[in-house]
This record gives sequence, structure tokens and C-alpha cells, in this order.
Amino acid sequence: MELLTSLVIGLLVGAGVYLLLQREVLRVVLGTMLISHATNLMLFISGGVKRGGPPIVGRGIPTAGGGLAYTDPLPQALILTAIVIGFASTAFVLVLAYKAIQSRGSDDMEDLRSVEEPHE
Amino acid sequence: MLPTVLTLPFVAAGLVALFGHRAGSKLASVALAVPLAIFAWLVAQVGALPPGGLVWSHGWIEELGLALSFRLDGWSLLFALLIAGIGTLVLWYSRFYLGPDEDHSKFVLYLLLFMGSMLGVVFAENLLVLYMFWELTSISSFLLIGYWHEREASREGALKALVITVIGGFAMLVGLLLLSLSAGTLSVRELALKASEIQAHPFYPWIVGLILAGAFTKSAQVPFHIWLPSAMEAPTPVSAYLHSATMVKAGLYLVGRLSLVLGGTAAWTYPVVVVGLLTMLVGSYTALRQRDLKALLAYSTVSQLGFIMAALGLGTPGALGAAAFHLFNHATFKGALFLVVGIVDHETGTRDLAKLGGLRRAMPWSAAFMTLSALSLAGVPLLSGFISKELIFTSLVEAGSLMGGLAWLLPGVATVASLLTALYSFVLFHEVFDGQARGTTPRPAREASPALLLSPGLLTAVAVLVGLGPHLVTGSLIDPAASALAGQPVEIHAALWHGVNAPFLMSATALVGALAFYPARHRLRALLERLTTRWTAERAYQAFLNGLMGLAQRVTDRHMTGRLADYLLYILIAFVVLVGGTVLANGGFALRPLDLASPTVVELVLLAAMVAGTLFVVRTRSGLAAIITLGVVGYSVVLLWVHWQAPDLALTQLVVESVSVVLLLLAFVHFPKLERKPVAAGRRRLNLAVAVLSGAMVSWLSIRANGTQLFEPISQYFIENSLPLGGGRNIVNVILVDFRGLDTLGEITVLSIAALGVYMLVGSRIRRTRREAAERQEGEGL
Repeated sequence: MELLTSLVIGLLVGAGVYLLLQREVLRVVLGTMLISHATNLMLFISGGVKRGGPPIVGRGIPTAGGGLAYTDPLPQALILTAIVIGFASTAFVLVLAYKAIQSRGSDDMEDLRSVEEPHE
Repeated sequence: MLPTVLTLPFVAAGLVALFGHRAGSKLASVALAVPLAIFAWLVAQVGALPPGGLVWSHGWIEELGLALSFRLDGWSLLFALLIAGIGTLVLWYSRFYLGPDEDHSKFVLYLLLFMGSMLGVVFAENLLVLYMFWELTSISSFLLIGYWHEREASREGALKALVITVIGGFAMLVGLLLLSLSAGTLSVRELALKASEIQAHPFYPWIVGLILAGAFTKSAQVPFHIWLPSAMEAPTPVSAYLHSATMVKAGLYLVGRLSLVLGGTAAWTYPVVVVGLLTMLVGSYTALRQRDLKALLAYSTVSQLGFIMAALGLGTPGALGAAAFHLFNHATFKGALFLVVGIVDHETGTRDLAKLGGLRRAMPWSAAFMTLSALSLAGVPLLSGFISKELIFTSLVEAGSLMGGLAWLLPGVATVASLLTALYSFVLFHEVFDGQARGTTPRPAREASPALLLSPGLLTAVAVLVGLGPHLVTGSLIDPAASALAGQPVEIHAALWHGVNAPFLMSATALVGALAFYPARHRLRALLERLTTRWTAERAYQAFLNGLMGLAQRVTDRHMTGRLADYLLYILIAFVVLVGGTVLANGGFALRPLDLASPTVVELVLLAAMVAGTLFVVRTRSGLAAIITLGVVGYSVVLLWVHWQAPDLALTQLVVESVSVVLLLLAFVHFPKLERKPVAAGRRRLNLAVAVLSGAMVSWLSIRANGTQLFEPISQYFIENSLPLGGGRNIVNVILVDFRGLDTLGEITVLSIAALGVYMLVGSRIRRTRREAAERQEGEGL
């Protein structure tokens, strides 16, 4: 499972990077979102996918040893933070892109460069 | 008391920066109190210093063995007296020199900063502390040279001084670090105890070379001397203070200070003596070629610095004493010369030798001061320069006597240079003040106010008094300074008359020769002018500067393109190369047993949906379809969270995903149609390659993370303690709000900042629309 997910993560990152390198602002924004999905998934599986009940005390799946098995709560806590921050930055980038397009009248990253041309 | 003295100029500078502009031109008279108080305290220390000096130390970065430690011994005291004493006179002078419309507060501020930094250099006991203040003097010198920053020559001169001294300073820093590596300390006192250990160390030649590079650039030794004449664009009081009396002597200070640590070897003595004498020679004959009085004095300073440098390099107790004495005398008579030239410039409007002449009648006092100081520089008996010059000659003759057949070399070079020195010294007063006016000066000459004459007058008086009675300063100032350098009591024998001996013959040859050549000086000057070569240090500096600028420009143009894609490519390529390279170098691509959970059907379906969705997002030309398909990928992740028993993640992601899609769609309305804009074929391939490689690298890292366990997982702790310590059953929530509550606070902060940013960006539009609407209504109302 982890192997397959890792490959999908690679695909998400590759696709995200490819979109980031494009000239259209919308594609850049979509690229960042793909990469944040990939990051979250990677965080989750980095410790291995553990089978068990949800990490709520008492809801674990009984194990042979008499205890209760839970899925790992720690990556979940980290990812929760990441999701929220990812959302915050997506929203900010989106509004920034919107303003840039409003002021320049173009969604081309080339047109959004600073006005100053490099020296010859 | 030492730290108080040291911080006083900086505190005063802070006050000047805050309130100085209110005082106008009177500021200098108020600020005068600072160097005057320091000077008074220093005078009280003369003869009262404990053996080994006054020490103050305070731990700073103890891990690095770095202490803020300062020491006032004889050598420091000599410098500190010059810094505070001439500083007082220069501040006084500048108050009248600068016009009422000039920015006095800026001038006083920079001057105080310099004064504090320079005191720091001479008080520092730890060499890294010395380096810090050393660079501060370079910076304040930069600011002072560029005081009239609207002039291009000022800016260029300031830059040149900064570039050369800072490059030298950097070399010196490397040398100091090597010194610290080889001796384990940077305290001057401890270093002196380990001198033999350091000199046997394989780093020793490097240490000497690098530290001397710092000292030579700072003290304008050949071939780094070119910054000093350019620095003459500074206001004349600055030239007198920094570029003749104090800062340019920092290199001498350091060479003297370290002669107990590094000196006494051929690797130290030869470079210092040879460069010193060469500088003396080059400086004196270049000075003779100058028509601008300040340029003449600048090269003269270069020459005299070389003379003192050579004496310090000899390193014998007598030579060190002679060097300290000449250093003191040079600071006084050269300071006076600069200040008188400043007066001439101020009163006549020119410093050009071709226009000046016969000023004696109009400016009798200036003429007297210039004549006496210049004669002291020339080494005429009964003036201070004569005595200390004789002493250095004595040391040169002694050193020469050890060189067998080349015994004549050192004294010979010094005699020729002294002859040239005497020649241009005569020019200084004779051509300016004597005879007839050669041309018309921009302003008719008249004597300066007594206030302006006070400073050069006092300095000249010192030169005359010391010339008549050298014992006024030798016992109290010069001997302690030389003793601090030699590490043993030194007593110099300064006398007006030593009998007819080799040094006296050298002095006599120089003076008589100068008198003999004087009538032919114009022809000599013309001859020297023809000697110019194409390969000068000046050209090398310009070529270096142009090359550096060009390189910086090309590099900047190449990487600062303003394109996000370019920046990302640099970052990602670095990521792939560095991480991939490290993995490759450490054999990380080897396969290892993996700890895998077997996939379930649900997982396979969800992953397949994500793959399909991702590929579609990349390929589609429709923005709407891309947004919706990205939503599909997001919801697949949500379902994965559900399947993986992560209810909190699933809920949060569900909300976030939904809001994101709505936001994207809202923004999408305003976006232009998503047309694929052309990307060059080569660039497209590069993008693709970087994307594939980055993806592959992340995949590989993710796979490798599996089965790698460096530490015992801490998750069990949270599972066990969620209820007893956190009082909650939802372990993830307890981690977030309790165990890692501070992280969550950070997260909320980020969210708030983003929200504020969004509001500012969107809100400004809303506000503008409202305002426009209101204005329109007003317009209609009228």
C-alpha cells in the first residue's frame, strides 16, 4: 500500500511542479494545491499505514494481546495543521492572483513580472 | 572607566543623530566636550598606567572564547591621545571650516562614530574585537569621504577606500582565524606568550601574509596606496584626522601590536621593511609630481607611513621607539599641514599650485604654521621631524650593518626618499607663500579667522616644542609605547645633537641635496611625469572593479529574471541534485525490505481516481474542468482519510476542499480564458524533466521513509496519556490543543495573517468601489 501511495505522491508532486512552471496563474495555483495534497499523504504514510480503530480512546480495535489498536494519531495531528495552513495560503495566493489579474489585465506570469527589464 | 570612555563617543553620536539637527553649526562646539573629556582622562593616565596596562574584560560569546576585553597600555595610550587630541582640534576647526548651510549634524555624527571605532581598535585586547572596530572605522571613513555625496569624485573615492580596506580587512580576518586555530586564543597578551609555538606552526606564513594584507591596505602601503589620494575628496578636516593622523595609522598600530607575536622572523621583517621603504620611495616621488596641495599631502602621508612601517618591521627596541616617536610627530605636523592647506583652500578657493603664490603677506600666520610644519616634515634640525627621523635612520643603519655587502641599501633608499620628501616640503611653503602670485585665485587671499587658525597653530606648536625639547614626550609617552611593543623597557635617546655619525650624514645629504635640486625641481617634475607607466595600481583597481561589476551584473541578470518559473527551476534543480546526489553518494538507492500494509480495494480505487484526476488537471484546457477535477482529487483524499480511520482529517479536509472549490470558482469568473500560452520547446522539455525528476525524488524519499526508524515512535505516549493528562478522548484533538497547543497557536496566527491579507487585498477594492460610488453621488448632487 505504501509503495503504491508513494508512487501516487510522486505523480502528484510531478504534476504540481509541472503546473507551477506554467505561464497561466490558475495553473500555478492548482499546482500548489496538488503539492499540498501530496505532502499530506506523504506525512500520513511516512510512519507506515497502521490498521486500527480511529484514534479516539475506547474506539480501538481489540488486538490479540488484549489491548486496543489505533491508527497513528501523531501524523494526523500534524496533517490537520498542514491542511489548515495549506488552505490559508491557497486562499491568499488566489486573492493575490485575482488582484494581479485585475491590475494587469492578464493571467500570464510573463506579464506579471516586475516592469523593470534586466540590464543589457 | 575604559568601557565608559569607549561608549562615550557612540552615545554622543546617538544623541547627535536624534537631536543634532537642532543645533546647527554650533553642534561641533558642543560635541567638542566628548573628545576633550576623553583627552583629559587619557592625559591623567600618562605615567599612571599599571605595568601591563589598564584591563577591562567582559564575557561575550564564551562558547567561542570571545570576550569583550580591552586594554590600555603605552602603545594604546599614544594612539588614544592622538585620536582624542587631534579629534578635539579637528571638531573645533570643522565648525568654522564647514559653511553654515552644510549639514553639521551629519558631519559630527560620522566623526564621533569614527572616533569611537578608532578608540575601539586601539583599546581592543582581543583581536576579533579589534577586527570589529577596524571595519567600523572603514565604514565611518566611507561615510566621511562621501560627505559631499552629491559629487561623483567623492562617491568614487569613498567606494575605493571602502573596497580596498574591506578586502584587506577580510584577508586579515582569515589570518586572525588561522592565528586563533594555531594558538587557541586571540587575546594579544596570551598570543605573545605563545609566539614561538605560533611561529613554528605550518600556518605561520599564511597568518603573516593575510594579516599584513590587512595592515598594508589600511595604512595605504604600495600597491594598495591608491585609495588614500582618492580619499582626499573628503572635507579637509577629515583628511587631516582620518587620512593622516589616525585611521591610516591603524595598520601601523596592528603591525606594532603583533610584532611580539609574529615578529622577529625573516617572513615578517622582510615584507614589512621592503614594502615600507618601497612605499616611502613611491610616495615621495609621486608627491613631488602633484599640483594639488591635498594630493601632494596625501602622497606624502603614504610615504611617511611607509617610513614608519619599515621602522616597525625592523622590530629592534630602538626601531620600535623611533617608529612610535615618528608616528607621533607625523600625526602632529601632518595634521597641521592639512589644516593649513584647508585654510588656504577655504580663503582663496583653490589648492592648485599653479595658481597660488605669494600668500605670505596676506596670510602671515598660515604661512608661519605651514613653514614650520613643512620644515619638520623635511627633517630640519630643531623641529620634531628631525629627531625621530634620525632615530629611524640609526635603526636602518644598524639593520644594514647585518646585511654585509648590501649595508648601503636600506639607508640609501631612505636617504633618497628623504631627499625627495625635503624637496616637496620646500615646495609646500615656498611656492605657496613666497614669491609672487602665479595666477589669480578664485577669491582674493586673506587671513583666516583666529578660530580657524587655532587648531593648526596648536599642532605646529607641538612640533616646535617637541623639536626643541624631545624629553617632553619621550619619557612619558614614547618610551612606554615602545616598551609595550618590545615587551621590555625601552628608552630612546632623543637628542638634538648626536655628533657627526651616519644618521646625521644621511639627514644632511637629504637636506643639502634637496636645496641643491630645488631650483631644478620643475625639470625634475617633468622628468618624473614622463616616467609614468601603463601598469599602475590604479588601472589594476579599475579593471578589478569593472570586472567585478560586470560579473555581478551578468549573474544578477541571469538569475534575477522576475519569472517565478525560473526561480522555481533553480530551487527544484538544486533540490534534485543535492538530495539525489546525497542519496546516491551514500548508497541510498539500494532496496531494503519494506514494512508494507496490503492494499484494499477501496484504496486502489481511490488512488486510481487521484491518478486519473491529476493527469486530467495537467492536460485539460478548460479552467472550469480543471477546478472541478481538482476537487475530485481532493475528495478522493478525504475518502482516503475516512478509510484510514482519520475522522478529524476527513472532516477538516472536506470543509477545506469544498470552500477551496467555491473560492476557485468565484475567482475563476474573473480570470481570463485558460488558454495554454506558448512555452519554447526546449523550456517545455526542461520543465517536464524537472517535474518528473522532482516527483521521482519525492516518491523515492517517501518509499525510503518507510522502514526507516531512527527513534522509537512517540505516538504511544499520546495514546496512553490523552485521557489521564489531556482529559479528552479524541487523541488528535488533545494533541492539537493540549500537548502541542503552541503549534496550534502558530497555525491560528498564520491563518489570521492570511485572512488579514485576503481582507486587505479584496477590501481595498470594496472600499474603492464605495468611495467611487459616493463621489459619483456627490458629483450628481452638485
